Amino acid sequence: MNTKQAGHQRILVVLPHPDDESFVASGTLAKYIEGGAIVTFACLTLGEMGRNMGIPPFANRVTLPAIRKLELEASCNAIGIQDLRMLGFHDKMIEFEDKELLDSQIMTLVKELNPSLVITFYPGYSVHPDHDATGAAVIRTIGRLPSADRPLVYCSAFASNHEQMIGKADVTVDVTAFLNRKMASIQAHRSQFQAAELVGNRELSDEEIRTRFGTEQFWTYRFDESL
Amino acid sequence: MQLINPQDIQIRIDQLTGQDLFIHLELTTGAYANHLDSTRHPASAFISNAGIRYTNGSISGTGPYRVGLKTEQGWVYAEGLTHVDETETERLIMAGHDSQGKLVVALQLSRDKFE
Repeated sequence: MNTKQAGHQRILVVLPHPDDESFVASGTLAKYIEGGAIVTFACLTLGEMGRNMGIPPFANRVTLPAIRKLELEASCNAIGIQDLRMLGFHDKMIEFEDKELLDSQIMTLVKELNPSLVITFYPGYSVHPDHDATGAAVIRTIGRLPSADRPLVYCSAFASNHEQMIGKADVTVDVTAFLNRKMASIQAHRSQFQAAELVGNRELSDEEIRTRFGTEQFWTYRFDESL
Repeated sequence: MQLINPQDIQIRIDQLTGQDLFIHLELTTGAYANHLDSTRHPASAFISNAGIRYTNGSISGTGPYRVGLKTEQGWVYAEGLTHVDETETERLIMAGHDSQGKLVVALQLSRDKFE
């Protein structure tokens, strides 16, 4: 079914918002971590411009960054992520950031950690401008390495037209054995997870959880093709 | 956050009149507006830590509330405010939340820069 789940000892995850890790890769990461991998999560922002403030609202624009920082740490604990780096960029502004600054920070992490796998968003097919800009920065940075030195890059995509443009995901990870960790990671984001489009404020049945969250999908980025 | 009591807000607005303040003003439909409903027009704007000094300010409406601040050169306006941070004594931190609890508007005033 999927031949690309070889062992990875060093994984770098680069995503812009606290809670992206929960939905994109928490099950996959938990699975690799159980297999002995060390995971670094570089979270570009604190999601300080998020619209979900809890139901009823317990956060505001002033208190949200500190709240989401704690939520992010709790989520990483739930997954088992050993190394969390908060890069301190401003939520919503990634596409306007100095590209050299962004790329150099990612390059520094790649050089320091020498990961065999990098997980990010698929640029152009990830809906939120921060997602697309983060993915683009990772692809630019890794693309600068000699091809023999490039880690595998798994991208997450969910724009409405994504399958039409980039085909079906080539990596499907069954994470049903790690759903407890995944749901704990999602629920660690207390200010976010009650939102109707995420989990909502009712208990999901085990069957609903398996259907919605039981697999994670990725596209292996092909650097040699201009997609 | 607590639901706005307009009388309390008016007192707070009056206390900040005529002072050099920092303002955060924001309106947003969210980055997923169009993804979740293709008929929706995504729109957001915010201005963070702009300097402002107003000569008159008031809160109006029956909820959600409107606030207008008259400056020496013009106006600042926000509609849709529902909540205030009751724990803030120096700063005025207001927000408007929609029926799903999501923030749609924020209006914040402070003597010190917002982080």
